[in-house]
Amino acid sequence: MRWVNAFIILLFVALMLYATVGLPDHADPQAPANVHVSPTYIEDSVADTHTPNIVTAVLADYRGYDTLGETVVIFTAGLACILILMKRKANDKATLSKHRHSDRM
Amino acid sequence: MIKQHYQSIVIQTVCSLLIPFIQLFALYVIIHGHYGPGGGFQGGVLLAVSIILQRLYLGSKISYRKFSPKMALAFGAIGMLIFGFAGVVPLAFGGAFLDYENLPIFWVHGAELRALGILIVEIGIGLAVFGTLVLIFDSLVGERW
Repeated sequence: MRWVNAFIILLFVALMLYATVGLPDHADPQAPANVHVSPTYIEDSVADTHTPNIVTAVLADYRGYDTLGETVVIFTAGLACILILMKRKANDKATLSKHRHSDRM
Repeated sequence: MIKQHYQSIVIQTVCSLLIPFIQLFALYVIIHGHYGPGGGFQGGVLLAVSIILQRLYLGSKISYRKFSPKMALAFGAIGMLIFGFAGVVPLAFGGAFLDYENLPIFWVHGAELRALGILIVEIGIGLAVFGTLVLIFDSLVGERW
């Protein structure tokens, strides 16, 4: 079974290595990712937003919807932490008082 | 002098000196997001770290009296609301969702208003991250609040 797993992993690695052949070269100016929207951001972001930091302009303005989703995810994670951990604590307290009660019996 | 969690003058002095500077640096990181590395997420984490340091050296009893976990929840929710309103309010003034140029701040125009909108959104992100991280720490510690 172990060898079958190793074989599957090797096949997967070979597939991934084969897929990297089709990727554009590192820092290739003609790569599709670099000719579509990036030049617009670099050229227009200061005029559009008066923000010298392109990262901030993209994060909060051009891609503001994405950032809104990120913040909602973080806040929801915090709420889930409270809900799960607080419930566990209430359960602990309930079992503790039950034990105490049975001791007294 | 209030009774503290660790009876060590070194820890008390260093922490109480360090916390205001951490908070000041956090505000700088949030405000300076326009011009350098930084922004709401990083600044919010720094703010949360200052409160967590206070929790560690004061102990939960005194620290909860100074900054209660309910207040952290309120800060997180207010941050989310600021971001949400920065998205929804432009809709009412003839723009698209999150289109800061249509925020109802009438004495600023065009790209300047966009920069101001980014600042508002960064403050919202900072508050949301700050509240959330303090909340996660408090619920992991597991004191009643």
